[in-house]
Amino acid sequence: MAQATFEEISASDFFYRNRDIAGFTNPSRAIFAAIRELVENSLDAAESLKIPPDIYIRLSFEGEASKDTQVYKLRVEDNGSGIQPRFIPSAFGQVLYGSKYKLKQMRGTFGLGGKMAVLYGQIMTHQPAHVTSSTGSAKIYSFKLMMDIQRNRPLILDRKVLINKEQWHGTIVEFTLEGDYLRARSKILEYFKQTAMVNPYANLTFVDPKGRLYKFTRATKVMPEPPKETEPHPYGVDVELLQRLIQVTPYKNMQEFLKNHFHRVGDITAQKFQVFSGLTDASCGKHGKLAYQDINWTGGPTCSGCSKALTFSSSKNPKKLSHQEIVRLMQQLKKFKEFLPPDASCLSPLGEDLLKAGIMKELNPEYLVVNQRKPATYAGHPFIIEMGIAYGGDIPRKNSFVIYRFANKIPLLYDEASDVSYRVINSMNWRRYKVSPDMPIAIVVHICSTKVPYKTVGKEFISDRPEVRKEVANALREVSRQLQHFLSKREHVDREKRRLSVFAKYLPRIAEFSTVLAGKERRPDIQKLIKSVQKYDTEEK
Amino acid sequence: MTQKKSKGVIAEKKNEIMGSLKKLGIKIYDQLDSGVFPTITMPSRSTENIHYDPDVRQYILGEKSVTRSARNIRHVKPFTQLAWAAMFSNELTFHRKTSTLRDVYYSAQAYNMTFKDQQESNNIITDLETATGRSREDFNIFPEERSAVFGDLTIEYTVPGYEGKTLNLSSHPDGVLIGPALTSSEFASTTADKVIAIEKGGLFTRFIEENVHKKHNAVLVLTAGQAPRQTRYFIRRLHDELKIPVYIFTDGDPWGMHIAMVIISGSANAAHLRDLTTPDAVWSGVWASDIVNYKLPTDPLDDVDIKRLHELQRDPRYQGDPLWQREIKTFLKIRRKAEQEAFSRYGLTYIVDKYLPAKLYDKSKKKK
Repeated sequence: MAQATFEEISASDFFYRNRDIAGFTNPSRAIFAAIRELVENSLDAAESLKIPPDIYIRLSFEGEASKDTQVYKLRVEDNGSGIQPRFIPSAFGQVLYGSKYKLKQMRGTFGLGGKMAVLYGQIMTHQPAHVTSSTGSAKIYSFKLMMDIQRNRPLILDRKVLINKEQWHGTIVEFTLEGDYLRARSKILEYFKQTAMVNPYANLTFVDPKGRLYKFTRATKVMPEPPKETEPHPYGVDVELLQRLIQVTPYKNMQEFLKNHFHRVGDITAQKFQVFSGLTDASCGKHGKLAYQDINWTGGPTCSGCSKALTFSSSKNPKKLSHQEIVRLMQQLKKFKEFLPPDASCLSPLGEDLLKAGIMKELNPEYLVVNQRKPATYAGHPFIIEMGIAYGGDIPRKNSFVIYRFANKIPLLYDEASDVSYRVINSMNWRRYKVSPDMPIAIVVHICSTKVPYKTVGKEFISDRPEVRKEVANALREVSRQLQHFLSKREHVDREKRRLSVFAKYLPRIAEFSTVLAGKERRPDIQKLIKSVQKYDTEEK
Repeated sequence: MTQKKSKGVIAEKKNEIMGSLKKLGIKIYDQLDSGVFPTITMPSRSTENIHYDPDVRQYILGEKSVTRSARNIRHVKPFTQLAWAAMFSNELTFHRKTSTLRDVYYSAQAYNMTFKDQQESNNIITDLETATGRSREDFNIFPEERSAVFGDLTIEYTVPGYEGKTLNLSSHPDGVLIGPALTSSEFASTTADKVIAIEKGGLFTRFIEENVHKKHNAVLVLTAGQAPRQTRYFIRRLHDELKIPVYIFTDGDPWGMHIAMVIISGSANAAHLRDLTTPDAVWSGVWASDIVNYKLPTDPLDDVDIKRLHELQRDPRYQGDPLWQREIKTFLKIRRKAEQEAFSRYGLTYIVDKYLPAKLYDKSKKKK
């Protein structure tokens, strides 16, 4: 009988073995993923200060690695908030560092940020990463780091402190990695173009290994409100999160625990839920222990039988819940119908003006309309759909619409056909809107949420949830209606122009021919007639 | 020998034509000059407006009319084309030049007036015919010629360079092409006392070889299948100006029968025109009953022939003379057809020696 050996692996070891999950599937995908992880970190860092991001990305050729791959040095500089020196080694040298008990709309697809990129670089080239950062204080800290993959610990190889004369703040990351830029190039450029579209207040500068400069200049300095951190909504928690919360909570009873760790749970809701879930018993002097539905909650909880005030058994200590009780708690949280819906004020949508500015800047369309839907929720997570539809300009004419998909202000470039937006767009009855797929039309969909409903671990497309589908469809209908107005108006104007040109072309000929035929010398004046066609038609409208 | 003369018909007609074209021009000009969108009103050529008139024995256009207005976006282009066609025709007539429909299509391009295709330019010419009530041959626009005439008829040319010159139409044994120069000629003199129209070239040549024109004092006309409009017009002139009867010989099938009918009563397509029909002309053969009487070699009627016979049976043009219905019925009964050449089974000259005299004199006696 063979003996199985079990060993514990660290988080970084896990990602090392499963790097496909994080998008580092192959040499071309890896280089794309490394760039996007760092760029998105940089965007978040600048946005948290509400500073228009200035990001400089340079990829330089270091040497051949194999037949299809090369070694590159990737350098990303930003003007973001910077990282405090004591966090730098862990931020870049330890996978899953930090405690995420709160939710926030974030770009980073995995929360792994640059760590995965650095890890990947180290695996392939065994070179240290250089991280330089300052929060704008008097000093700039520069680290030379590697990762101890088995122990998931940063190794600091060198540490320097520089004087920050100009109060610079931001982060510079530089490391080497192996990849295939030639294959990744078009995807990377598309990524920058779309990132520029959905972050119109950012300057992106990219220098590629051939020394080519790609510059995406901001169209505005106006920034959306940064996203706020929020507690998880009771509908959106799982057992794991509950357990973590119980571990770290300072609160000694369920009432305070529920009130302080969950989104939109107040005193009364906490009390109600405890009775509902049986964590607490409510009783009145006359009727004894009451069932949840026998309690009148309005105007202070009273017994609906005798209107007397109630007494509650003491609230449990969350730390003393057994594993079974935690599982049950999670189920009850999902069953209880009286939690208030999540509040979307923590979200940071782009807003119609910025979305417009971004699309104008990158697609230069002849016509553009955008629509922001009211916040909605799915499984306890608030989300907002923003939609734009653009016609003409730089948009190519193909046999299908060009679809740009964004989630939390980052572009989604893979698996378009699986995305809910793609499905909604393709199941739409476009003929109703007098729109056909061979028109030069681009559709832009942005979803922002504290938890983007990705379908798979690849996190490249949004799953087809009814709540999301409905919002996408409504937004699409709204912008399509306006596009239809534009198209029919334009068609009308075009038709009028054609009409006028027909008269302007033929009436003089009729005058010419009839003059000859009638044997006259002077041509009749037809300008009045041509004008009358014009005047008549403006009245007609 | 009789001498007949008709002169001045052509010159008079030319003035009329130019007058009607100029009238059209002045009408458009005056409307434009007074700041109004010009309009042209003409009889409608839609099928519901085409009626058979038993009095004139041809199709005519009814009361319905259409108005082309330069104000209408869909009309302004054809209106312009029509104005151009009128001007172009006027120039042709004035300079006494001739042209063909194909020519018109290409000539338009010289005036930067392109037609989408030949059909579009043909339609505009038909519009011009309808608007003026004149056939395009009057405007010197001719189709490709293929029909011919032979016989003792002296004509006097009116075409430039030939004015006053005469030609006897028996001077060339292949016959003379019925083209623009011939149709615009005046008739000077003739000894003929009848016209024999023949569908097929082979028989036409046989008749000339056998001196039918002399033996029967006839002008022979080759229609070469369905007679072109100028040939129909020419036959009509022979009948009207020389005051002589017209006999038509075709194949013994529904198609031959209809060739005769179009010479006699015209076609629906030319309902807007007059002077193309010869109502007194006589279809002399080959009849279905001839097939029976002369025991001609035959072919069976096929489905298309039968279908055509049923159509003709209902056609208003076939309702007048009982001959038509009788022959249609006979065709349907015997279900056979015969070509003119079928007489050759009795020898090459049989048709001239026996059949023709029998038909000519039998029929003319009946007519008088």
